[in-house]
Amino acid sequence: MGKARVTAFVAAVSIMAGSAWAQDVIAQRKQLMREQGAATAPVGRMLNGGEPFDMAKTQAALDAYLHTTREFRSLFPAGSDQGQTRAAPAIFQDREKFDAAVAKFEADTTAAKNAIKDEASFKAEMPKVLANCGTCHTAFRTSR
Amino acid sequence: MKRFLIGLSALGALGAFGFWAVTSPDVFAMVRGRSFADLSGQPNLENGKTLFWAGGCASCHATPDQADRTRLGGGLSLASPFGVFIPPNISPHPRDGIGAWTAVDFARAMTAGVSPDGRHYYPAFPYTSYQRMTSVDLRDLFGFLKTLPAVEGKAANHQLGFPYNIRRLLGGWKWLYLDGKPFAPDPQATASLNRGAYLVEGPGHCAECHSPRNALGGIFAGMRFSGGHDPDGKSGAPNITPDASGIKDYSVADIAGILSSGLKPDGDSVGGDMGLVVMNYAQVPKADVDAMAEYLKSLPPIPSQKP
Repeated sequence: MGKARVTAFVAAVSIMAGSAWAQDVIAQRKQLMREQGAATAPVGRMLNGGEPFDMAKTQAALDAYLHTTREFRSLFPAGSDQGQTRAAPAIFQDREKFDAAVAKFEADTTAAKNAIKDEASFKAEMPKVLANCGTCHTAFRTSR
Repeated sequence: MKRFLIGLSALGALGAFGFWAVTSPDVFAMVRGRSFADLSGQPNLENGKTLFWAGGCASCHATPDQADRTRLGGGLSLASPFGVFIPPNISPHPRDGIGAWTAVDFARAMTAGVSPDGRHYYPAFPYTSYQRMTSVDLRDLFGFLKTLPAVEGKAANHQLGFPYNIRRLLGGWKWLYLDGKPFAPDPQATASLNRGAYLVEGPGHCAECHSPRNALGGIFAGMRFSGGHDPDGKSGAPNITPDASGIKDYSVADIAGILSSGLKPDGDSVGGDMGLVVMNYAQVPKADVDAMAEYLKSLPPIPSQKP
């Protein structure tokens, strides 16, 4: 094998590995978002009166959010905007703004975890946490 | 030969007059414009505030990259198939905004799409929906806008390609797509259904994004609310009629929840341009949002047309 062919082979393998790795973080991101969504659905019903208030489900949702914010810091490496993803270019172009949005989501969730004791505090505090969903999905997720 | 020439110039004059008449903002306002004799009286600022958020004024006119969405300095870039539209300053600044306008100027802009100095506005400013608003609501909204901070500085001009940069041509467009009629409540319907219809069709201007449009940018008759494109012409705004391809599976409470919190029943949340709409509707009274949801559920179901 000539040197050029070895280089080409190594390059090809790295590109394949790189893209497999990008698909892997994309899959992890999607899984986290699915878990958040599943935990949030009952919270939405509790807020609009479709289901009675449930402290355990509320805590489960808040814990799911904290799980996401912990993991998200390392799940958007450069290059992972390519592939089956709706991650917007803004994440990669304006990283500080994205990190700040994740940090705010985490801070609001932690504050709500301490403040929510009953249905009244849930109705007062939970919408502040959920406003973060829209903030990020507006700025950092592409439309279909 | 002489008669032929006279005939030809008569035809030319008629054609020129016809073009002038069809594209004239004054002729349009005279024939289809409403009279606004009833705009005097103290504006109800609380009602004006509700209409401000329901109308989504801030989504386009708020100065970009500022937390305060009531600073309406304009300047956002709105990409479209016709070029880039840049919403103007509508803060009460006397020189750069609408501070020197009268309530009648404002009402004419909102319902006939005509500026105080007699030029056509582009329908990127959704006067095709705002024309449905009542005189009292226009007065209250104008009164509320006057309470907001004055922002200095004019926004840049639109950047449009030929022939879209010829404002005069909008006169012809308006005869096709602007009927000049205020909202007419259905005497058979409940008060809440009429309220919802008014908010959806008028200030809320939902159909502007959620309907398919033809090459002239007009909404296809009979396809209203069955899904369209975001103003950038790429991403889709979903079908919001109660068809299987639309909101059939959503209850009135689900739709009201999406509008006011952005949360969908499956726990996902809406984003994109709808995320901006949700920021507005978080400020609108629940009874109004519920009424809008009730109206959307009452629409005839229309299947989405996927290209």
